[in-house]
Amino acid sequence: MSVLIALLSRLTAVCMLTGIAWASPALAAGEPLVVYSARKYQLVEQLFQEYGRGRGIEVKSVTDDGAPLIQRLTAEGAMSPADVFISVDAGDLWRATEAGLLSPVKSPILERAIPAHLRDPAGHWFGLAVRARTIAYSTERVKPSELSTYAALGDARWKGRLCLRSGKAVYNQSLVAMMIGDNGVETTERIIRSWIANLAAEPFTNDTLLLKAIAAGQCDVGIVNTYYLGRLQHEQAGFPVQIFWADQKGRGTHVNISGGGVTAHAKNRAEAIHFLEWLASPEIQQRFAAVNFEFPANAGVEPLPEVKAWGKFEPNLVNVGTIGKTQSAAVMLIDRAGWR
Amino acid sequence: MAAAPSRLGPAVAAIAVALPMLAVLVAVVQGATGADAELWAHLREHVLSRVVANTLILVLGVVAIAATLGTSLAWLTAACEFPGRAFFSWALLLPMAVPAYVLAFVAVATLDYAGAVPTTLRSWFGDGFPVPPIRSTGGTIAVLALASYPYVYLMARGAFLTHGARVLEAAQSLGLGPWAGLFRVAVPLARPWLAGGAALVAMETLADFGAVSVFNYDTFTTAIYKAWFGLFSIETALLLALLLLVFVALALVAERIARGRARFSAADSGVRAAERLALPGARGWAAFGYAATVFALGFVLPAIALARWAWDVAAIDLDSHYVGYILRTLGLAGMAALACLGLALVLGYASRVADGVVTRTASRIATLGYAIPGAVLAVGVVSALGAIDLRFRTIAGGEGLWLQGTVFALLLGYVARFLAVAHGPVLGGFARIRLSLEEAARSLGLSTREVVSRLHLPLLGAGIGTAALLVFVDVMKEMPITLMTRPFGWDTLAVRVFEMTAEGEWERAALPSLAIVVAGLLPVALLTWRMERAARAA
Repeated sequence: MSVLIALLSRLTAVCMLTGIAWASPALAAGEPLVVYSARKYQLVEQLFQEYGRGRGIEVKSVTDDGAPLIQRLTAEGAMSPADVFISVDAGDLWRATEAGLLSPVKSPILERAIPAHLRDPAGHWFGLAVRARTIAYSTERVKPSELSTYAALGDARWKGRLCLRSGKAVYNQSLVAMMIGDNGVETTERIIRSWIANLAAEPFTNDTLLLKAIAAGQCDVGIVNTYYLGRLQHEQAGFPVQIFWADQKGRGTHVNISGGGVTAHAKNRAEAIHFLEWLASPEIQQRFAAVNFEFPANAGVEPLPEVKAWGKFEPNLVNVGTIGKTQSAAVMLIDRAGWR
Repeated sequence: MAAAPSRLGPAVAAIAVALPMLAVLVAVVQGATGADAELWAHLREHVLSRVVANTLILVLGVVAIAATLGTSLAWLTAACEFPGRAFFSWALLLPMAVPAYVLAFVAVATLDYAGAVPTTLRSWFGDGFPVPPIRSTGGTIAVLALASYPYVYLMARGAFLTHGARVLEAAQSLGLGPWAGLFRVAVPLARPWLAGGAALVAMETLADFGAVSVFNYDTFTTAIYKAWFGLFSIETALLLALLLLVFVALALVAERIARGRARFSAADSGVRAAERLALPGARGWAAFGYAATVFALGFVLPAIALARWAWDVAAIDLDSHYVGYILRTLGLAGMAALACLGLALVLGYASRVADGVVTRTASRIATLGYAIPGAVLAVGVVSALGAIDLRFRTIAGGEGLWLQGTVFALLLGYVARFLAVAHGPVLGGFARIRLSLEEAARSLGLSTREVVSRLHLPLLGAGIGTAALLVFVDVMKEMPITLMTRPFGWDTLAVRVFEMTAEGEWERAALPSLAIVVAGLLPVALLTWRMERAARAA
């Protein structure tokens, strides 16, 4: 048995040493920039490295969900190495701001590039990509003229034809938070209950599964973030699901952001601000959004042709930061309504 | 006169082993005191009763099925002879290399309404063809049981191989057939090991988040996540986690009862190998079919599905980074395995020579972490280390962090979470060393150190190997602690799986998942080799 332990020790030593060597990056001159990112590796790493090469610095990053990253920042306090926090949900940015983890930034470049409803009025965070959550429908079984608002998905005609993602998904929570802001708790709860009564299947764990369920005929309509459809349409031409822009005659379609802010204890603050400004610049905006079929936050930048093909839409112009304030009320409403 | 072994030293050492988990617990309790009363009232009214019931159903279902599969398959491969037995005796361990969350997403992606299997069935038999929904209580239980039965299988097989020979002889001399022998002799004798395996399965199920969230099955763990991620209240989430610990305490009491009061010590070594009981004809092929079905569902079919998806995305995603991911995954798993093993030996020795309230309490605390969701443990780790870092800074000055974001923090989290996995087999190994043997050694004047190095360690053999390799495989699959406490540049295969699944890109997650399975085969092969050798030696 000692043979086995010796073997394990040796294997471990070899792996650790080569693993560390593999991890250590090329030497760079300036202070490194440290990013905590809830936007996942495959969507950001290339841009981060490109920025580092251009500036002659190292960009170090860790990824995780927003909430654990916020907890990590909290525990690290003033000693935190992080300079920038990037999230995929406005609620998380609001919460990080509430917890005092982000610092206000005054940047004319950012203020010009990013529309007011997509950034914090005090400059704690700025939207970098826009994700619209709207209605997806089967092109084989639904006519777009049958569709209008989020609320109308609770109508009797959609009985047994609606698919929803889990109420635990943050994108649904922020949609409900927006609806609470627009219509109040009681009306919103009535709408949510009418949706639940129309469900064709147990709620799904992600939008991709939901879209595939619509394509396969398990249900006819659903609510999704559009980029999930973008990916599927890209993989499979003629995917039989299309986008309908909800609430165009009302307050507009619900949007959330992936965005970032400079941390309260950033060691490399000037670089962090410069980094956000670079991410908001037109050429980078185009690529930042395009890699995930999202809409650029910078209003002057065009999305991918595939994304443009879904047509123009009016977004709900309420500041996305208010989502955070209402989110826990939204989660409680979702629990009460039995949205699993 | 034989010198009695010192009791004080081992007891103190046991307390020291419990310290990391104790620090984590203190941080969790401290956090929980800030729980929001309004949110708590909401959870009590709308959430708790449902998730408690769900969790109970899940744990009972998974343990029942995993224990049945694990025990019966171990008995078949250890004590019976049937076609393919030699192959299945090691192959049935392989599902251990497939993380539960991976098995879950493969199952949902292929078996849900829009998946390949129901789609094909509908195209053959028409749209109305009913397929039972995989995203259901039954589906969740089935997948978790398939992913976790190897724990029971491993422990049960070890016990059956040790006792097997004489059990069968005794059973046969009493005129009992193979199944009567199993239920009336082998299972009662193997109770401590079966209960240990079942307890691991129960704790693993309680702490699981990855698999249940794929099924959208609400448990205590998903409620903890929702309180944290959705209600923005980490404090309320920690309070829920403390409540979960009450469940764990109940489960541990149940395990103690299941173990029985008897003090087991086994088997002289060097008994001749028993004849296995031949299962002739149809019965042999039935055994083959049973083992083959479990092996196919738990390993072959998921591996094929992963390989197909991985093949499709390898061209975009497979690059030289993977060398680093694999090396770091193996390196971290190896370090954690060695650390957990060392600490488990300390605890095991302490329980043997200094059994008492202190040692028992220390062992219980040190091994609690296996039932706590990894994310909660990770919060405990970063909070505890944050406090220590702050202390360091006031003493030593400096800008940066001392402990957080280091490999040490990561290892601390792994030890807190996985010590239980090493503890069980080591304790089982100690239980098999006769006390009379130790008394004899001491009466011959051997010192404590000599007793440990010349008696315990050689005789523990099997237990040590099982312990180290179980931790190794578990750490390879670990996700939330790795995500939250890893240093820069320490991405592992599980981190990559997370980043793909979090974006709903299950096909792209297949590549790192398959890499975990393949890299996990290495320790499972070692484990198998050890089992075969032990079987030959018996």
